[in-house]
Amino acid sequence: MATDLHQIAWTTEFDRARADAKAQHKLVLLDFTAAPM
Amino acid sequence: MYADPKVAAFIEQQFVPARVHVRAQADAFKRLGAQYNAQWTPTILLIDESGEERYRLEGFLPATDFLAQLKLGLGRAAFARSSFADAERWFREVVRDHPDTDAAPEALYWAGVAKYKASGDASALAETYRAFQERYKDTSWATKASVWGKS
Repeated sequence: MATDLHQIAWTTEFDRARADAKAQHKLVLLDFTAAPM
Repeated sequence: MYADPKVAAFIEQQFVPARVHVRAQADAFKRLGAQYNAQWTPTILLIDESGEERYRLEGFLPATDFLAQLKLGLGRAAFARSSFADAERWFREVVRDHPDTDAAPEALYWAGVAKYKASGDASALAETYRAFQERYKDTSWATKASVWGKS
């Protein structure tokens, strides 16, 4: 199966995102969206 | 915005991307929307490890403007943690790579401030004032920098 290298791997778990960001010394980009899923 | 390959690659490289759908994740939206005062979509926040909001974007932007705003946000986040050299680097990159966006004059202003904060040398502000004589003259950022030309 082909992999889209530019696909964003969104997480829907904010607390986990924060923990990951802390470990990776990054910021969380938190997107509030109403776009069709 | 996110369909653009450059935007997607940049987000993957620089951030941990998290998403809250206002209807499909109604409980999460109720909690986080209230915590961060998100009242419109799209609302995009850059949040540091302490949970502090460092930058906010509201409303759709074309890819190049969005990318410029994300870099501006990285600069502001670096500035907030007193990493002034990092901040200046992001601000200069916005001006260099996205000169025709709304973010560019704002970034030019903050690049001067970051350079001044890093060095304590007020010539960084005078230099920024002069840069605004060459470009972005009709922006509010040029007005804000105009005071630096009066010393």
